[in-house]
Amino acid sequence: MKLKYLSLTACLLGAALTTSSAIQAQSATIKIGILHSLSGTMAISETTLKDTILMMIDEQNKKGGLLGRKLEAVVVDPASDWPLFAEKARELLEKDKVAVVFGCWTSVSRKSVLPVFEKDNGLLFYPVQYEGEESSKNVIYTGAAPNQQAIPAVDYLMKDVAVKRWVLEGTDYVYPRTTNKILEAYLKSKGVADADISINYTPFGHSDWQTRVAAIKRFGSAGKKTAVVSTINGDANVPFYKELGNQKISAEDIPVVAFSVGEEELSGLDTKPLVGHLAAWNYFQSVKTPANDAFIKQWKTYIKKPNRTTNDPMEAHYIGFNLWVKAVEKAKSTEVEKVLAALPGLETPNLTGGIAKMLPNHHITKPVYIGEVRADGQFDVVFKTPVVPGDAWSDYLPVSKDTEADWVTLKCGNYNKTTKKCSGQNYK
Amino acid sequence: MAWLAAASPAAAQSADAPFVAALGELPDAGFADKEALVARLVETGHSSAGAVLTAMLEDRLYVRNSDRRVFISTSADDTQPSLSLLDPLTLKNAGTAPMAELTKIGTNNRLRRVLRTTAARFALANPDASVRLAAVTDMLRSLDDATAELLRQRLPQEPDGAVKRQIETGLAMMAIGDSNAAVRLAAVQALSSRISAESRNRLATLLERGADGTYAEPDEAVRKAAAAAVNSIDTARAVYSGVETVFFGLSLGSVLVLAAIGLAITFGVMGVINMAHGELMMLGAYSTYVVQTLMPNHLDWSIPVAIPVAFVVAGLAGVILERTIIRFLYGRPLETLLATFGVSLVLQQLVRSVFSANNRAVSTPSWMSGTWQVNEALAITYNRIYIVGFTLVVFSLLLLVLRRTRLGLRIRAVAQNRAMARAATRRGCSTSTGPSAANAGGSRVVLPAPGGATTTAAR
Repeated sequence: MKLKYLSLTACLLGAALTTSSAIQAQSATIKIGILHSLSGTMAISETTLKDTILMMIDEQNKKGGLLGRKLEAVVVDPASDWPLFAEKARELLEKDKVAVVFGCWTSVSRKSVLPVFEKDNGLLFYPVQYEGEESSKNVIYTGAAPNQQAIPAVDYLMKDVAVKRWVLEGTDYVYPRTTNKILEAYLKSKGVADADISINYTPFGHSDWQTRVAAIKRFGSAGKKTAVVSTINGDANVPFYKELGNQKISAEDIPVVAFSVGEEELSGLDTKPLVGHLAAWNYFQSVKTPANDAFIKQWKTYIKKPNRTTNDPMEAHYIGFNLWVKAVEKAKSTEVEKVLAALPGLETPNLTGGIAKMLPNHHITKPVYIGEVRADGQFDVVFKTPVVPGDAWSDYLPVSKDTEADWVTLKCGNYNKTTKKCSGQNYK
Repeated sequence: MAWLAAASPAAAQSADAPFVAALGELPDAGFADKEALVARLVETGHSSAGAVLTAMLEDRLYVRNSDRRVFISTSADDTQPSLSLLDPLTLKNAGTAPMAELTKIGTNNRLRRVLRTTAARFALANPDASVRLAAVTDMLRSLDDATAELLRQRLPQEPDGAVKRQIETGLAMMAIGDSNAAVRLAAVQALSSRISAESRNRLATLLERGADGTYAEPDEAVRKAAAAAVNSIDTARAVYSGVETVFFGLSLGSVLVLAAIGLAITFGVMGVINMAHGELMMLGAYSTYVVQTLMPNHLDWSIPVAIPVAFVVAGLAGVILERTIIRFLYGRPLETLLATFGVSLVLQQLVRSVFSANNRAVSTPSWMSGTWQVNEALAITYNRIYIVGFTLVVFSLLLLVLRRTRLGLRIRAVAQNRAMARAATRRGCSTSTGPSAANAGGSRVVLPAPGGATTTAAR
């Protein structure tokens, strides 16, 4: 099996090398790297993001490019293979010499490319909600930190739905584990007993859900209102929701609030049994604003399929791309150091009628939305907040509550407020 | 409910005005306002209130965009181009309207819960016993004095045993909170024969202690009875949960058996380690997908069609594999291993080129989805039952072929003594890849529906 895997990787690598070298032609263009899985378990989520950036580049070029130069996309496929992400990132930075990279979905892939970006001093725009506990000089986090998604979602369930018992169900990697650690600490700080929290992890691509779903059903039959907080990622969501429908777990009894399931993931599912389950994001396609209507229209025209959906990480890429364009225009250069210096404090409108502001900790301000799944696969917003600034280091974990990230005055992503020390880059 | 049934037509007429007024406000109301409107609709006592609330719960309540009038649709299927409508007042046919001119009146979780319990009251008099049972079960989720009163009135008229029992459960759950200890004791005894989680939790509240150490239940005898009842319910539930676990194990085992039979035959009979076995299964899965895309309007029939198709496709691939590659390599296990591994890569890339690397979902037909509620503590999903059944069928067919047919005789002969079999017939070896590969493909038809639901080229 190992052999099979290795040679498969080798094949893909070979194929990707030839395509990217073919693209490498004109040098007058500004190159933009796109590092999203186009195959494997994460392709369900990431392919759309590649198309989003291609659309944004297309639009920018129609406006005449940037600094008088055309933009050119360099697309690579890291194939949901985490070490391959690092190789591809290196290829983009060292061989293609891209000015900026838009990419990654899973935190494990981000952690995998982090050393590469820091060594080569690249610039990565990361568009997905994540677990926090990180602030790199070379990464701009346009997705939500835990205080912009997980904590408000749990608050909503606790206050408005009166949930007393919690199942934290996740895929087995760094994002769910860290998020659940933060949530566990948060729930306990709110007086939830140990016995009322059940935490479980399954591997990527898990497909046999009957035992787990039956266990959730049993856990939920103890007479207290129970909710599932799902950090399940990728295509494992499809059989998970199917099994929920199959075992007749309705959202009225045990609601599932998902942090990684959006319109795109639901579009491949029969959503009738899922009506009422929740998702927490910073954007929903169903939010009615002129900017969003225009974006949806542009997307459908670009992708040439009227039934395609938009989702939260797409909005994050939309914001990220616009922020980068503004920073380049301000710095009058695509050099990473100059762009990084220009970024903090920049503002750009988001798609839901608010303003996304770039913060010194390399996160942005975002509103929080909680939506219920409708029968047509869209979401009804049941709860929303004004824009919340992203907090890189969670206040609920003992290890990180004294830590601060500030790339403007402190020039540090991991600054301890009590010892007044910067422990430098912190990645594992 | 009695007052509703007894309401004269004249009374219903006079209730029209407030009913129409409440209905008229529905299209523009927020979720919180809708909740109040639902209560108002019920208060009017209008004979159509139940139908309107049920329609709203089932997503069948629409507004006509042109005149903002509310209608009930006869079908919940919103993919149709047009819907036939009923007038919400008279419940008579009101013609049809194209989907584009209608807007659905949406609901959210909270509203649905309110609707479910409210609509359940109206369903108590339904002639269908299963509807009544579902209604009572819905009412048990949020018992209060009003619902208990409705249940009490229904009990003497209820002809169906199961519904009666459920009503008694509900009344006993209410009686647990009675001030009279004798009534509570009787309720505990009534509940002790139930095994649902709700009755167990209700009983368990009697055993709770307050902060000062006093029991929630003052009477010792009631407490003892409750403790015994909780114990016996827990034991029963543990037994059923054991049965469930055994079934889960069996069904998962069936999945693996289906996958393994073919592999075992190829290895046992031909001495070939078929590294491409998984890819043959993948071909079976993609055959199902193709069959489903070819017959999107007959989803229920797609699986019966897909089974033979997958058998043929995977079987053909197996025969081609044997005829073109494996037969030149008999007796050289290492080389067949390498060759079939190469074939597996080719097949993977083939599927990737044809279907792309993205997941393709196979939908489960309606007769395979859902659960079989054995009793209140045990529910088994249909798709797994079908898998176990399918495995048994495949396995017995295989046994039949091996033991009763000439082909089976040959296969066994080769497995037992290859040299002798070869001496007896020159074509001994080539017969087994076909069936085993077909088996591999067939198994995958059933597998994706329950477990994976998706088949992926990148393995």
